[in-house]
Amino acid sequence: MSFSKQEIAARAAQEIAPGSVVNLGIGLPTLVADHIPEGSDVWLQSENGILGMGPFPYEGDEDPQLINAGKQTVTIVPGGSTFDSATSFSMIRGGHVDLAILGAMQVAQNGDLANWAIPGGRVLGIGGAMDLAAGARRILVLTSHVTKKGAPKLVKECSFPLTAAGVVARIITDLAVIDVTPKGFRLVELAPGVSEEEVRAGMDAELLA
Amino acid sequence: MTEVKNEGRHRRKLRASVTEALEGLSDGARIMVGGFGLCGNAEALIKGVLDAGVKDVTLISNNSGNLEKGLAAWLKADIVRRVICTYVGNNEDLHRKMAGKSVEVEIIPQGTFVERMRAAGAGIPAFYTPTGVGTVVAEGKEHRDFDGVTHILEHALRADFALIRAHQVDAFGNLRFWRTARNFSPAMATAAKTTVVEADEVVPMGAIDPDDVHLPGIFVHRVVEVREHEDPYEYKRTRPRPGEAALDATGGAR
Repeated sequence: MSFSKQEIAARAAQEIAPGSVVNLGIGLPTLVADHIPEGSDVWLQSENGILGMGPFPYEGDEDPQLINAGKQTVTIVPGGSTFDSATSFSMIRGGHVDLAILGAMQVAQNGDLANWAIPGGRVLGIGGAMDLAAGARRILVLTSHVTKKGAPKLVKECSFPLTAAGVVARIITDLAVIDVTPKGFRLVELAPGVSEEEVRAGMDAELLA
Repeated sequence: MTEVKNEGRHRRKLRASVTEALEGLSDGARIMVGGFGLCGNAEALIKGVLDAGVKDVTLISNNSGNLEKGLAAWLKADIVRRVICTYVGNNEDLHRKMAGKSVEVEIIPQGTFVERMRAAGAGIPAFYTPTGVGTVVAEGKEHRDFDGVTHILEHALRADFALIRAHQVDAFGNLRFWRTARNFSPAMATAAKTTVVEADEVVPMGAIDPDDVHLPGIFVHRVVEVREHEDPYEYKRTRPRPGEAALDATGGAR
């Protein structure tokens, strides 16, 4: 047993304080939107210029000039606003976004995040990742515990190019919830049916209990 | 553009055609093009640059095309020598040019990208930012600590032309954007020597309430009306229209 992708997203939604502004990264973090409870006054910020991003539009209501950072059609909730990129990154870099939920290729035990490039691989680009990682008040990472080939993603030191240094606060994987502390990775909780040994076996770093 | 002696830069902005709007564009020009992917592209001006036959341009645009559309046409036509962007993603044309080393590509963080243009337009030659510290982006750049936090020095980013898309514009160039089509365009408009606006609609002076102007006309030099746009979807996502009882959403403030 372990967390499914939807269960990772549901667990991540519990990290969102009512009345906060949250930026969801592309991929797994996008799923978190489905699990935010109704009436919690959570405002989703999209770096291409939306505060108060809503769900995908109903069929027939889509507008090609209303998209999210993944370039998918979206909607705006009542009270939402649109703005230019300089304003959007003032929100992000200026520390006005309470929480950024991001994907990762590697996270180091000191909180270093690598999520934009694999050496020798195809470079997709940086986008808003470095600004979000450097500027949001809290960084939560959602990721599979190991790569498709079984390589650990939670490591002593990132071997991939960094997105930002020492920024990750908490990681939710399919096996566990893990905090980054001044002493390194610390186990917060295990996914159902997962043992501490399994979590450790998939890491290239110490895990404090 | 015909320069008339003793005439200010803010008369006769309306141009009858894309060709006229792009007058003076030359080989080696630095051109900013608005748009987040294909959203907010000045489609007719993008095509107009191809028709103008210029080459060796430096293209400054967030994605510089996507899914073989938009600015991908410039890459296919080999008129681009250098690209400054933030994200390549599914822009296969740019991936090919990068791999073949026929186009020099500089990838920078998106917030730094727009702030460099904003700074250029605001008369700020350089600024410090925390974004990119400890990454490849910081290599070779001046580092300085403020309040115990390390920052790097980034420089203003300027261009010869900015090609932007607006929803409505008046003869002075005051304009409004539509939804997320705004993105980088306001900053680009301030950072270029010549800003050309392609608008869905030219409206009478005063039709846009002063409080509702998104970009004041001082940052706009030429205007061309283009009523028809393709506005392609990149990733069209919808959800089924629910029965009355099932108004559950997938995100946003609730």
